[in-house]
Amino acid sequence: MAADAVHGARKAGRYALLAVVSVIVLFPIYAVLLQALKSGPDSFDHPRSLLPVDLTFDTIRSAWTIGKLDRLLLNSLLVAVAVTCGVILTSLLSAYAFAFLDFPLKKVVFAMFLATMLVPAEVTVLINYNTADSLGWVNTYQGLIVPSLASMFGVFLVRQVFLQVPGELREAAALDGLGHWRFLWSVATPLSRPTLGALGLFVFLGTWNAYLWPSQVITDEDHRTIQIGLEHLKTPNDISKLNLITGGLVVAAVPIFVMLVIFQRQLVRGLTAGAVKG
Amino acid sequence: MNRRRLRDIPWAVLMLVPSAGLLAVWTIYPLVRAVDYGHKQCNRTLTECRDVGWGQFSRVFQSDQFQDALLVSVKFAVFTVPTGLVLGLALAMLADKHIRGIGVFRVIFSSTVATSVAVASLVWFVLLQPQIGVLADQLSGVFPSLKEPGWLNGNDTALPAVAISSVWAGLGFSFIVVTAALQSVPRELHESALVDGAGSFRRFWHVTLPMISPTLLFLMVVLTTRALQTYGEIALLTGGGPQTTKATTNIPYLIYGENSLIRNDIGLKSAAATLLFLLSGVFAAVQFRGFGKRVHYGS
Repeated sequence: MAADAVHGARKAGRYALLAVVSVIVLFPIYAVLLQALKSGPDSFDHPRSLLPVDLTFDTIRSAWTIGKLDRLLLNSLLVAVAVTCGVILTSLLSAYAFAFLDFPLKKVVFAMFLATMLVPAEVTVLINYNTADSLGWVNTYQGLIVPSLASMFGVFLVRQVFLQVPGELREAAALDGLGHWRFLWSVATPLSRPTLGALGLFVFLGTWNAYLWPSQVITDEDHRTIQIGLEHLKTPNDISKLNLITGGLVVAAVPIFVMLVIFQRQLVRGLTAGAVKG
Repeated sequence: MNRRRLRDIPWAVLMLVPSAGLLAVWTIYPLVRAVDYGHKQCNRTLTECRDVGWGQFSRVFQSDQFQDALLVSVKFAVFTVPTGLVLGLALAMLADKHIRGIGVFRVIFSSTVATSVAVASLVWFVLLQPQIGVLADQLSGVFPSLKEPGWLNGNDTALPAVAISSVWAGLGFSFIVVTAALQSVPRELHESALVDGAGSFRRFWHVTLPMISPTLLFLMVVLTTRALQTYGEIALLTGGGPQTTKATTNIPYLIYGENSLIRNDIGLKSAAATLLFLLSGVFAAVQFRGFGKRVHYGS
């Protein structure tokens, strides 16, 4: 009986701790969401009420119109979908070469590919801006998309899966007259579908959330992504505009939150691919 | 075997060219070019460059601006990496119990992974506003500096404030990574330790921690690299300021920031970018060497 009571108290303690930590983690999101959903003078009252009363979509609606958020979201969607498809394609092709083909200097080429993972964007963006400029790609969609179309992370991830495909399968397929091209698309790709899902989600999120490169290569209004556009809702020293950012933040964050709740498993798989052995 | 190697060549070329070409143009070339520009001085349109020698790298490295920015970068890593690691581990331990409703808490703890650099930074920009921000409203009794001058405007508070925003934004990622590691620790290990009469602290210290140490090392290196390369948070929260002291101008901001003093000099920026690349490599290598031996890579 006593042991049961101790056990119950411990369990209650853990729930209490979990709840407190949850509140702290979620508080910034809650506070911003609340501010976005309250409009007019009330949101500047002191001390401001943290209770969800008198909610309205006015702030979000004006952020949507003033910030042209529909255009920003469409730009982000276009770029993220294009990059995701591109990375999956280039990763499949290169991973196939490294996993199923035999060619001279294969190890050297693979090591060179791997080495590119060590070069951070913070180093390359500087010169890539000049390259984009000389191609006439500043303020264009191709400027946003093309530099991100190859990812060594993707090649590595897909290659890991391809290496687990039994050699006999390839040999049997070859006996059936299946060439490399057909084997890639009709056997190897379907087998790697879960990994491709994780990779796709990972690349989509990374592209959607990118800040540094879009902030350099886009200077006009028409091609801004949502991440860059949010900043332009921010006008320092003008308190009345602060609510516009909160409206923009809600619009920018909600689709990603929903997506992550739906694709949680793929996300975890993608994030932990490099971290945990086995 | 040899015939097969030769027969596969056209296929290999065909399949490798898309990735190889893109990586060459957008990853290798800019690195080589940054090293090249690093010893040049050019006019603004880059039409005329003259070689000023490799000494430019050491001049940049020794310059006050770079040294100040380096100090800011290192401080930022010191503020964010241990905190991020410990909080990630604590949250993961807290949620590593098979009790009812734990799934909900796991979603909440990983939720900040959904926030981008821009979203997370602007969330904290709003919260930290001195006049109408929620934090100034609720906590200025404890921290008067939240209102006057406001944490993002104070010389001593600006960098810690950016660090708080960054740790919060990275919490979801750390939580997910550590949770996955905890789940890969075999149950039997815990059970046999329990049979041996080990208390929960000793089980954590002697079983859990060694088993997840490779993951913690990986996480530490990733967090450090990210900390050294932080740009968006600085650009959006402080613009490298407060302007009088440049208290948050780190190396990436020195290279890319609107308010950077060397913003129009490709030679100096290239040298700084190359040095940033080398520093990230050195930090990662030091961590792997320093902690690698203590990490348990069991079967």
